[in-house]
Amino acid sequence: MPQLWLYVALSLYGVGLLYAVVSLWGGRPILTRIMLPAVGLGTIFHFVALVEYGMLGPAVAPSFLHQMESLLAFLLMAFFFVVYFRYKTASPGVAVFPVAFLLTVLASAPSSLANSPSPGVSNRWIIIHVGLILVGYSALFFSFFASILYLIQERNLKAKATGGGFWSRLPALATIDDIGYKCLVFGFPFMTLGLIAGSILAEAKQLNLFRDPKILLSILMWAVYMVLLYTRWSAGWRGRRAAYLAAFAFAAAVLAWSVNSGWHRFIAP
Amino acid sequence: MNFQLIGVNHNSAPVEVRERLAIPEQRLPDAIRTLVQQPGVEEGMVLSTCNRVELLTSSKQGTDVRGFLPTYFGINPESLNSHIYEFRQQDAVRHVFRVASSLDSMVVGEPQILGQVKEAYAIARGLGAVHSALDFLLSRAFAVAKRVRSETAIGSSNVSVSSVAVQLAEKIFGSLKGTTVYMVGAGKMAELAARRLMANGVSAIFFSNRTHERALQLAEAFGGEAVPFERLYETADRADIVLTSTGAAEFLFQRQHGERFLARRRNRPMFFIDISVPRNIDPEVNRLDGMFVYDIDDLQAVAAGNTAERQREAERAEQIVQAEVERFAARLKSLAVVPTILSLQEQCETIRQAEMDRIRGKLGNITPDQEAAIDAMTRGIVNKLLHTPITTLKSSVAEPEAASIHDIIRRIFNLNSGKPTK
Repeated sequence: MPQLWLYVALSLYGVGLLYAVVSLWGGRPILTRIMLPAVGLGTIFHFVALVEYGMLGPAVAPSFLHQMESLLAFLLMAFFFVVYFRYKTASPGVAVFPVAFLLTVLASAPSSLANSPSPGVSNRWIIIHVGLILVGYSALFFSFFASILYLIQERNLKAKATGGGFWSRLPALATIDDIGYKCLVFGFPFMTLGLIAGSILAEAKQLNLFRDPKILLSILMWAVYMVLLYTRWSAGWRGRRAAYLAAFAFAAAVLAWSVNSGWHRFIAP
Repeated sequence: MNFQLIGVNHNSAPVEVRERLAIPEQRLPDAIRTLVQQPGVEEGMVLSTCNRVELLTSSKQGTDVRGFLPTYFGINPESLNSHIYEFRQQDAVRHVFRVASSLDSMVVGEPQILGQVKEAYAIARGLGAVHSALDFLLSRAFAVAKRVRSETAIGSSNVSVSSVAVQLAEKIFGSLKGTTVYMVGAGKMAELAARRLMANGVSAIFFSNRTHERALQLAEAFGGEAVPFERLYETADRADIVLTSTGAAEFLFQRQHGERFLARRRNRPMFFIDISVPRNIDPEVNRLDGMFVYDIDDLQAVAAGNTAERQREAERAEQIVQAEVERFAARLKSLAVVPTILSLQEQCETIRQAEMDRIRGKLGNITPDQEAAIDAMTRGIVNKLLHTPITTLKSSVAEPEAASIHDIIRRIFNLNSGKPTK
């Protein structure tokens, strides 16, 4: 049953994907109208699927990696709705929907990988470690995308462009800036705690942290994250410089996520 | 039903002509009463705004109220002829729809006209001068206006320079609430823009002028603060929006000023509106991250862009109006057969009742159940017999031979008058 809910969520996210693609080419009013209810319903189905998998236990659940992808997609959608209700803008959807769709496609594909990433270590700790980091990732993703939107809006305003289309309907510069900054501030503690939880786990298994590229990249990402926050606090960095830093942190995050096909080297199957 | 609309507007007549024909609100009831007393006029209403004076009438046979305005105002008709336009039937319907939807306005999309039409309608309706056909037409016009407003972006773009300034500031700061404005120099346009910015929630305003007294005056008028001109560069970074309108021949703000402001503001964006000619702000400032400079040409270009956008939306609105005019005509035609349907039903019902009375006399004592059964049966027969003529009448309205079908049915059933015989 949960697999069915996941498929339903996936097809509803498809509407979001279509909206994202069409928006960039001028948009269709009908898609704009059905997009929110569709992806909203999709997110609810997705939540149901996640909860059901959680309740059914490891015997039926898909591989851990797939659950991670699914959870990340769900968190991104949840973030989208938080931003939508707080700032009344659906602009982040253009980036969020395709990514959430892709992650859900990956998550709903059949898999033969092991269910537990690390036999012998309590699954609960791993879930806390991964869950916290995924919330941090989602926030970072939003912050990164907001900085791109900021650049585009800044360029629009400087070029005095008055044309129509999706890019002229972006939220105000200050709003985009606020979204980016709030996401950054929100995500940082999650990322930090997630990394701490991970290091406690590794400590418990007495592993050498610095031989794993995933951990090295994560530490690098965390450091850039901190620089981003610091420059924002001290010098009010935004716009181009902030976008470069955010892009760097985001690239490190994506690399850290994808390296070793999602696993730490010491527990790779 | 025959509709006639005559009038003058900002396109057909200069203000000297329009002002002679304008009907003040207190004289409107009198004008409407006089209008519906014209021979043949069944309903009438008058719309008088600063941009237009229009008379709308409906009649059975078709009338001509062209002479009304010159007679009413005692003006030589010759002098008006070239300014008056006239629309009849569908063209009149289209014009009413266009006016209500603000497509015929001087500033296309401006929202006031709909309110003015509604007011004129309410006055005429209150006097009983609008009751059936015009009532139907006007209520459709309001629905069309609503549709145009919700389905096109015709009312959303701004055109004047000061509203463009506000629009741009909102694109940068989101809302103007809590922002600070710095006015450098003074002038009518700058004052206008300042007023507009204040109306949109700007929380603090500074004035600086080479003549400090002038700055003091303005500060007092706007409830702001005057800053001596010598302190301009140390204080300008306090503002989110700087509006310059001085007669200075050289740039007041240059790149290095912008850099200094940015450092002091910890990179918070700043918006420069330069409405002075020659310009007061070096365009180089616009190259700095977070600095936005718009000169008068830029503002006008944005305003012009808005007008072009409005034009595009107006074209879409015209299509909506055209579709609605056709729908209205179809509904009006179907209304024309309503009296015939009613008298047909009434005539048959009279015959049925007479036959029921006759049968009651013949049968003598019948139970209420039996009477109800006979009643239901006769009613059923009548309904079944009438079904085809009524559906034929209704469906014929869109066909070219509608009039002859209508006529044949009236003759077959011997329906003499178009009105129900009550």
